Amino acid sequence: MLELVCPAGTPAALRTAVDAGAHAIYCGFADETNARNFPGLNFSRDELKSGIAHAQARGARVLVAINTFPRAGEPGLWHRAIDDAARLGAHAVILADIGLLAYAAEKHPALRRHLSVQAAASNADAINFYVHEFGVKRVVLPRVLSVEEIATINRDISCETEVFVFGGLCVMAEGRCSLSSYATGKSPNMNGACSPASHVVYKQEGDGLAARLGDFTIQRVGKGEAAPYPTLCKGCFSAGDYEGHVFEDPVSLDAAQLIPRLAEAGVTALKIEGRQRSRAYTEAVVRAFRAAVDAHARGLPIPAGVLQNLTEGQRSTAGAYKKSWR
Amino acid sequence: MKLTLGPLLGHWQPQAWADFYARVADEADVDRVVLGEVVCSKRLPFIADLMAPAMERLSRAGKQVVLASLALVTLPRERALCADVAAATEGLVEVNDPTLLHYLERGRAFTVGPLVNVYNEGTLAYLAARGAETVCLPPELPLAAITALAAAKVTDIEVWGFGRVPLAISGRCYHARVHGLHKDSCQFVCGEDPDGLPVETLDHESFLAVNGVQTLSFTAACVLQEVDALKQAGVARLRLSPQQTDMVAVAKIFRERIKGSLAAAAAVRQLQALVPDMPLANGFMVGRFGAERITV
Repeated sequence: MLELVCPAGTPAALRTAVDAGAHAIYCGFADETNARNFPGLNFSRDELKSGIAHAQARGARVLVAINTFPRAGEPGLWHRAIDDAARLGAHAVILADIGLLAYAAEKHPALRRHLSVQAAASNADAINFYVHEFGVKRVVLPRVLSVEEIATINRDISCETEVFVFGGLCVMAEGRCSLSSYATGKSPNMNGACSPASHVVYKQEGDGLAARLGDFTIQRVGKGEAAPYPTLCKGCFSAGDYEGHVFEDPVSLDAAQLIPRLAEAGVTALKIEGRQRSRAYTEAVVRAFRAAVDAHARGLPIPAGVLQNLTEGQRSTAGAYKKSWR
Repeated sequence: MKLTLGPLLGHWQPQAWADFYARVADEADVDRVVLGEVVCSKRLPFIADLMAPAMERLSRAGKQVVLASLALVTLPRERALCADVAAATEGLVEVNDPTLLHYLERGRAFTVGPLVNVYNEGTLAYLAARGAETVCLPPELPLAAITALAAAKVTDIEVWGFGRVPLAISGRCYHARVHGLHKDSCQFVCGEDPDGLPVETLDHESFLAVNGVQTLSFTAACVLQEVDALKQAGVARLRLSPQQTDMVAVAKIFRERIKGSLAAAAAVRQLQALVPDMPLANGFMVGRFGAERITV
């Protein structure tokens, strides 16, 4: 059966996701070592310890994301995160930085290493490089690949692949984007934050609402229109004669209907984005995807459209999985 | 401190491409020239036949020539292009994605481009052990991180010195998208904007520039004010990224600033005059937001 890998931003969300049917949970420590370094989110060491115990008692695994890039001169925070994940019994660590992969392979050879989407390993040669050099057992594929390309990759590699199926959608190759730091000084790679709320300012303009990220107005909505969170790459811009969402509309990923094709393409695990989401959201999405995975395992069709009201701005896309997206 | 001319990131027409490298060979005071298609494999056929003659001419003119590889490799055809880069020269190749490492024998010397995530000593040490002799750091790194990495003294450190900054790369072609096309039938519309297509905010403020699948900054990064600090930190090279301006004159300004024969404020004024439509920025270098403009 396909493995369902679900997000947990808090200990309560972890328990919710496990109880809703997650096979595996991914989470991070409450600091800059992971790519969802948001205020009030993530785990202390003690919370991770209890979370792992809760998951293990119910047959679920816990993966610890340590997927930002350590600051030069200060690797200690990141090294301690790996040491503690190993000590507390994490099933695997999810890493992106070559230096951290080398550290983990040397210091904790028995600890399973997954390659984070933030490493953007987008073809078989790059993946095999990480497998040969650092013993990576699973790679989370960047969201730039079509289903056909994923199938080709799986034929040529010797590790497992995990793909995103639901939630926020990076339109850029992950871990290779400094748009946020260009506008705000805070970057996913260095600070674990993209388009951070600390740099968003809303301004009432007559009946409408404008959103600024840093010094830049990237969204303006009229009265009664939905105002999605102003993520830079989903902002509204003009370029030449084009006016609108130059990079991507404010949509989120929903690849539920592609589950059978992803399975055929050799994918091992399906990943849900959203460690920053509420428990209610986590529960609804995990439950729906577990039902979809179970249906697929029994040879039944995937239930349609159950999650539409949970996608951002009520609209969803299959993203790069379909070639026409490009 | 030496000067590296980075690869052309925009899609220049073949004749302009050839003329550019001919002039660089004859006139530009740079020590090293990196060339090759980094952004989009679809552009490569336009310059494939021009590469070897350009490399030879640059080499004869005393420049060290480095062949660059693609930054985003997804297709089997693109993997083969990486193998071609490794096989095409006995000289240096620039790794712009770990894919190329797969094709380089252990111990073969290479350089690392700014699109590889080298943020810390651990990654730098691994690449040095694999044969990296120069690493051009990601442009978002501030001076403090650059200083720490240069202090490791395991490879030469190169820093993004001038030019629109490559901020992101995607599977989707934004040039095609804003023209109502798809990547597979793009009609090479990116060729209309060799420095990128400016992207404005809703308040009509210039913000970014689209270059096919790549997104560049609208501002041009400029480290002329930090040259002394970078020298002191032990930075070995500055990278000048070609824009549609007089790059021979750009190189001259940087050379004089490095030598100390041109003051920082005067150098910034001269450089800004060469790219009047591209505000100069140093926000990344000073540890603030990248778009922050230089104040003289």
